[in-house]
Amino acid sequence: MSASAVHSLWTTAAQQPVDSIPAPHIEYSQLAPMLIVVGAAVLGVLVEVVVPRKARYHSQLFLSVTALAAAFAAVVGLAATGHGTTKVQIAAMGAIAVDGPALFLQGTILLASLAAVFTFAERRLDPRAHGKHVDSFVAQAGSVPGGEGEQAAVRAGFTTTEVYPLMLFAVTGMLVFPAANDLLTLFIALEVFSLPLYLLCALARRKRLMSQEAAVKYFLLGAFSSAFLLFGIALLYGYAGSVSYARIAEVVDGSVRAIDPALAQTMGNDALLLIGGAMLLMGLLFKVGAVPFHMWTPDVYQGAPTPVTGFMAAATKVAAFGALLRLLYVVLPGLNWDWRPVLWGVAIVTMLGGAIVAITQTDIKRLLAYSSIAHAGFILAGVIALTPDGISSVLFYLAAYSFVTIGAFAVVTLVRDAGGEATHLSKWAGLGRRSPLAAAVFAVFLLAFAGIPLTSGFAGKFAVFKAAAEGGAGALVVIGVIASAIAAFFYIRVIVLMFFSEPKPEGPTVAVPSPLTMTTIAVGVAVTLALGVAPQYFLDLAGQASGFVR
Amino acid sequence: MSFPLLTATAALPAVGAVAVAAVPAARRTAAKWLALLFSLGTLALAVTVLVRFEPGGARYQLTESHAWIADFGVRYELGVDGIGVTLLALTALLVPFVIAAGWHDADPSPDSGGEAPAETKHYRWRPTQGFFALILMVEAMVILSFEATDVFLFYILFEAMLIPMYFLIGGFGDRAHAQGEEAAATQRSYAAVKFLLYNLVGGLIMLAAVIGLYVVAGSFSLGEIAAARASGELEMATNTERLLFLGFFFAFAIKAPLWPLHTWLPNAMGEATAPVAVLITAVVDKVGTFAMLRFCLQLFPEASKWATPVIIVLSLISIVYGALLAVGQRDIKRLIAYASISHFGFIILGIFAMTSQGQSGATLYMVNHGISTAALMLVAGFLISRRGSRLIADYGGVQKVAPVLAGTFLVGGLATLSLPGLAPFVSEFLVLVGTFTRYPAAGIVATFGIVLAALYVLVLYQRTMTGPVKEEVRSMPDLRVRELAVVAPLIALLIFLGVYPKPVTEIVNPAVEHTMSDVQQQDPRPDVEAAK
Repeated sequence: MSASAVHSLWTTAAQQPVDSIPAPHIEYSQLAPMLIVVGAAVLGVLVEVVVPRKARYHSQLFLSVTALAAAFAAVVGLAATGHGTTKVQIAAMGAIAVDGPALFLQGTILLASLAAVFTFAERRLDPRAHGKHVDSFVAQAGSVPGGEGEQAAVRAGFTTTEVYPLMLFAVTGMLVFPAANDLLTLFIALEVFSLPLYLLCALARRKRLMSQEAAVKYFLLGAFSSAFLLFGIALLYGYAGSVSYARIAEVVDGSVRAIDPALAQTMGNDALLLIGGAMLLMGLLFKVGAVPFHMWTPDVYQGAPTPVTGFMAAATKVAAFGALLRLLYVVLPGLNWDWRPVLWGVAIVTMLGGAIVAITQTDIKRLLAYSSIAHAGFILAGVIALTPDGISSVLFYLAAYSFVTIGAFAVVTLVRDAGGEATHLSKWAGLGRRSPLAAAVFAVFLLAFAGIPLTSGFAGKFAVFKAAAEGGAGALVVIGVIASAIAAFFYIRVIVLMFFSEPKPEGPTVAVPSPLTMTTIAVGVAVTLALGVAPQYFLDLAGQASGFVR
Repeated sequence: MSFPLLTATAALPAVGAVAVAAVPAARRTAAKWLALLFSLGTLALAVTVLVRFEPGGARYQLTESHAWIADFGVRYELGVDGIGVTLLALTALLVPFVIAAGWHDADPSPDSGGEAPAETKHYRWRPTQGFFALILMVEAMVILSFEATDVFLFYILFEAMLIPMYFLIGGFGDRAHAQGEEAAATQRSYAAVKFLLYNLVGGLIMLAAVIGLYVVAGSFSLGEIAAARASGELEMATNTERLLFLGFFFAFAIKAPLWPLHTWLPNAMGEATAPVAVLITAVVDKVGTFAMLRFCLQLFPEASKWATPVIIVLSLISIVYGALLAVGQRDIKRLIAYASISHFGFIILGIFAMTSQGQSGATLYMVNHGISTAALMLVAGFLISRRGSRLIADYGGVQKVAPVLAGTFLVGGLATLSLPGLAPFVSEFLVLVGTFTRYPAAGIVATFGIVLAALYVLVLYQRTMTGPVKEEVRSMPDLRVRELAVVAPLIALLIFLGVYPKPVTEIVNPAVEHTMSDVQQQDPRPDVEAAK
């Protein structure tokens, strides 16, 4: 863009009389889910300031649960009044889409967060520190690990109740992310949910250095991916002269050729579109953890406090795939001859890479991290279908997957020895004999990950593979099936370890959690089995929700 | 709406599994009786199904159909034909014997004092309840898979039954083991994992084919697809049909098992307890051969004919190779496993000979093999539990110490080698006749299997039961009442079906006619001129 063009833009803007700027029209009721959560997050910050230390834990927990439940109620209300099907619309001056996929994913994110917040609040697993109940978060985040400040904080019985508002902020960003209807909103939502997550990762009570290392890695790589995304946005703006999804889609289709005089040199330049689109995809594929943008996943999953890992693994994936779906189905369908081959490749290496590398893992959290990578590949197979069935199958898969994930990580928090959680696989030997119930529950989750029939994992896998096959990606299905077979091997290995190995004398014990974590695990198992045996209702729901608004 | 008899037959053992699992830890004996009761109840229901089934009636009877997952085009559709009903009855018949034979297999080992380790007091480790609950769970899934006429429903059960089976193999083994408990546990979990991975891979390949079938046919209903194919409404490209056939057949060939996909069976049968080994070979593996008849031939008739030469060669290799390896075994249970591989070769040969004698014989073979292997394996299990060793060389002269045990072992063995007068002879003869009329060369090769069978069975008997009495077996007790109650009815059945197989053939034959017409095959006419 030449200097004179920029100058003319500025001068045009300056010449506009002030009173002609229209007051933005905001549909508060349609945006209620997001507004409730962000409002609660702000309140949560105030709680930290105003409420005495003793009462903070309970008030924060109450606030978070209420806000998430109320937001979910708002989503259900919107869906019930047809905002997901017949009354889809674009709200907030074109920034937010209120349609089926957005509401379905927001509902999933809210329920998953609700399940996760209970594991955040668990205070019975760690032994009491100086007579006070403590959770899995550091006493005082600012203190040096192992230093005097930390000891003093532990003695004083500090707890980091800031995690609740941080989580609510993250949820806000995640709610906006799949609903974002222009690229700037997309970017802002990305940052709003990423920044609190970086912080949350660093807050583990045990193994603090590992936790901080994870946070730094996540932050650095996340910043890179944000930069890619932002650069992609800039290039796409240069191509289309707008950041609005609908507008870009029109330019891609070639149905609009109104050249903005200031962008005359760049508009319609395919190089900008291709490079910009590719960079945008990179940013999103980073967040879903697809190969080759997956490097952060194992380290971050391992280092972060386990409740945060569960939350992140479930909710981030839902939000990011939601955004990816909208981008590919609304903005770039006209470009599918270009992005489909690329995503084919990404899906194949993601499925196979995740499954193969997982075989060599010796830490349960890293193992689940690689498994989440493989799952991202399976979901991508559904994304590639580019049919309404593809959308609904991905929606269903995400809902099924997030509950399995949260449940599985919740079980991981229970298996403990003197050093905190015993995540090394060798320590899980014989768990099935020491505590059959915990091992059986974990086995259910593993079988669901492996996609064994009568679990939600199978229904989800079947849905995406069927959509992919109908969308003409039969080869992808065959590769997916092979990857599933490889993946089954390491899930089975954990089951073998738990049930068929002799318990070690100094092995970990399974702590008896409070009703909070029990609720999370019970919900996880119930959803896993319900979606496996009778998925019809949820498939219907996902089917109805599979229309994007333009 | 009439009483859903088929659902009830499958649901009863499932309910039983839950009930048995819920029995408190200390009431082990109650759990066993409860399991036996539920399996007998299932048998009663199976007999009702058998009685209600009219051999000359509609192809699928006692049908049930309910909406299930509309989005996937899946319905909960049940129905039995003559083949399904026979195998259903076989399963329901064998499971009570399996339970009775495994009465003490899952008792807590005496060295742990019968008590769970102290730190697990909170949740009790209850192996006995688990063992019987898992057996009932397998029974429920196998029965339902014989009844399913929806491909998807069948697939789900085909896969899901691996999980309880896997825990049965990996979680419970023979008490005494030559190399010590540690090594036994390692080998057991190796066998369980091998079993699961082989079958899971087969199942996943089948999943791709199941999805492919849906994309091509738009339905999972066996009846709908078969009707659409017959009327020419649904046309499959030759290559598509062949690929789908291969996807299905691969899974069934692993399950059956067919050479060269058989290697999991000797491990699994060797390491599992004898009743579980019976469950594997006599019950679960039958799902594989059954599915070849029901799904491969019905859904992909052209591709089945295309693949026939290769499959016949593979099944001949199975027959001879399995028998040869059985001759060379030093371990009693592995010997029976290789004998089973040889027998499964006969079954598959009979199915793909594409003659009505062959297929009737194959179905009858499934039943007879189930009963004869159960008899032989269970007696072998009783023998092994007395001596604490699976090696043939550790025995000798048992017939002088325990004549009843030796006698029943001999009858089981003779049934395995298809002695005329015992049930397997009829089926083996039918398979050979059916094969010979179409593929004389194959029929000749297959007869070598019989010769070798005589060798491995009689050598096994000679080495373990005859000769001078070994020191370690001198104090060996004879069969107890419970054990005799398990073996006697099986032997009686072998003799009865050997003399009078008509009740089974009468039910099976009409179903075989249907399958023959599916693949548009007629029996070759006896041609005197050509024979000269």
